[in-house]
Amino acid sequence: MTRIRRFEERLTALKDAGEIPGSIHLCNGQEAIPVGAARALRDGDWVTATYRGHGWAIARGVDLVGLFAEMMGRDSALCGGRAASPYLSDPGRWFIGENSIVGAGVPVAAGAALTAQRTGSGAVSVVSIGDGAMNQGNVHEALNLAAVLDLPLVLVLENNVYSEMSRIEDMVRIRQLAERAAGYGMPGRVVDGNDCDAVAEAVTEAVDRAREGGGPSIVEAMTERLVGHYSGDVQHYRPAGEVAAAREREPLARIRQHADADLTARLDAIDAEVTAEIEAAVTAARAVPFPDPATVKEHVHV
Amino acid sequence: MSESLRYIQAVNAALAWALDSRTDTVYFGEDVALPGGPFGATKGLHKRFGSGRIFDTPISETGFLGMALGAAMTGLRPIAEIMYADFSFVAMDQFVNQIPTIHHASNGRWRVPLVIRMQQGYSPGACAQHSHSPEAYFAHTPGLRVALPATPDDAYQMLRTAVVSDDPVVVAEARMLYPTRGPVRTDAPVEPVGGARVVRSGGDVTVVAWSRMVSAALDAAGQLAEEGIEAEVVDLRWLNPLDFDTVAASVARTGRLVVAHEANLTGGFGAEIAARAAAECFADLRAPVARVAAPDVPMPAAPVLQAAVVPEAAHVVAAVRRTVGR
Ligand SMILES: Cc1ncc(C[n+]2csc(CCOP(=O)(O)OP(=O)(O)O)c2C)c(N)n1
Repeated sequence: MTRIRRFEERLTALKDAGEIPGSIHLCNGQEAIPVGAARALRDGDWVTATYRGHGWAIARGVDLVGLFAEMMGRDSALCGGRAASPYLSDPGRWFIGENSIVGAGVPVAAGAALTAQRTGSGAVSVVSIGDGAMNQGNVHEALNLAAVLDLPLVLVLENNVYSEMSRIEDMVRIRQLAERAAGYGMPGRVVDGNDCDAVAEAVTEAVDRAREGGGPSIVEAMTERLVGHYSGDVQHYRPAGEVAAAREREPLARIRQHADADLTARLDAIDAEVTAEIEAAVTAARAVPFPDPATVKEHVHV
Repeated sequence: MSESLRYIQAVNAALAWALDSRTDTVYFGEDVALPGGPFGATKGLHKRFGSGRIFDTPISETGFLGMALGAAMTGLRPIAEIMYADFSFVAMDQFVNQIPTIHHASNGRWRVPLVIRMQQGYSPGACAQHSHSPEAYFAHTPGLRVALPATPDDAYQMLRTAVVSDDPVVVAEARMLYPTRGPVRTDAPVEPVGGARVVRSGGDVTVVAWSRMVSAALDAAGQLAEEGIEAEVVDLRWLNPLDFDTVAASVARTGRLVVAHEANLTGGFGAEIAARAAAECFADLRAPVARVAAPDVPMPAAPVLQAAVVPEAAHVVAAVRRTVGR
């Protein structure tokens, strides 16, 4: 969680310094979800995320230098500067990747689950989307398909209350989106998304079930965004004090609130170590050259 | 009366005009009401007109466009907003099978007075899924009117025209033009649908462009003038109805044609203009028609790669030089 947080804080500084073109969507405050979910996963399990997917990439073990370089528009080993922050992927880490189209990752993740099922690989496909994405048609279609085919798919729904500038309570008439699971004929659970252990427990249950042939399910993780929807979002639509209150409840602060002197010292050490690691990654990323424009037409076709 | 407005403010003014002057107009889309729109296009409108006239929708493009169709058929004049043109593809059934066909299939018994507003094109660092220029998809579909305003004044005039039209109209703005400022004739009468415009005269070559490429073409024409090449620039403005007469008349004067758009080359609307020119202006043409477009590559995010694909004034200059043989 610390690695994700410091990574994104550093990214923000790089953005402010003009080293990152394009917009970035941070998961500050939501780190417990990818980190908790990752505990349920093995190598070979597929992960699909949204544009808010840096946390999932890092939790999946995607290289930090590659991530920074990709977002800097450099010739990264990830996507060669073609994807940037909101669309990056890494097949080597079974990270199907991000998607900039709301909800579009769910059918793709269902496809990975189909591969796992039909090849008997034993893999599970985990897909993360936001609350707003639950209102996309392709999400409904994919979830129903996954249910009908008993696919090993786990939908991790990161309910951070907002879709861009609109509150989810103004967009749906149910209290918890996981209630929709019943409509697809699959289990649905709600967990505290700021509690890494709770997320890990719920996703492990879902992943284990999927791996054993028990089919898809939904885990709705309740959380809050500590920052704007995208870099530069002044959040004029958020009531005063909301973010400050969220800072009291966010996963990193929460751990420190209950930490004794021993744990605090360990957390400080982790922080120092991670900060150094991040700084080294930024230095290495800056050394990555920009892509050669002459290669721009490569990889349109195989 | 003419006011100096930014492009995005002109859009806002046109929407305010629509909601104010036609009580059957409703406006909806993602983040448009309370938040005032992701680019500020609808700023202040919710406060002024209330939730009965302007409201936020869930992220459900197919659903709310289908709803717009039904509402348009039965007595409202909806304006629906697609936040980025790229997201129209999520709802392509509405754009191709549903909205444009019902008037014809009913032998004219249904009307669909519906506007779909969106913005398109590249912006620095934006990835492939936020950079499309899909105008050719819409123009390819019979039954859809397609408007691409290139100036603040046209952002105002053409949107009002679209609102008044009884046909479904796709108004595709250029995100990169939003900050540009220019005079807007806020008291002009509403124009009829259609009509290209000669925005700079010249006798050596006709450059047809639309949307962001109009300003690129004007820049190019300025540079070319220093070399003694006089380019006539035609802002096509509407792809449907297509005002080819204005293009043909210009080509009759210049004998040469360059078409410039930001969308990919293959199957882009430039191909349509070139084909018509070959068919209708053959006798006037003294050189092959040249096209300026993005190569057939999904938009890369890295700025150095974007610079290798996004067409700019320099590309227009080069195409004109080829066409005039210099
Ligand atoms: C099909 C589509 N429609 C609209 C958008 C614009 N958009 C990008 S993010 C977003 C909000 C998504 O909210 P949510 O699913 O709750 O995820 P969060 O951003 O909160 O993680 C919207 C509307 C898009 N990218 N794709």
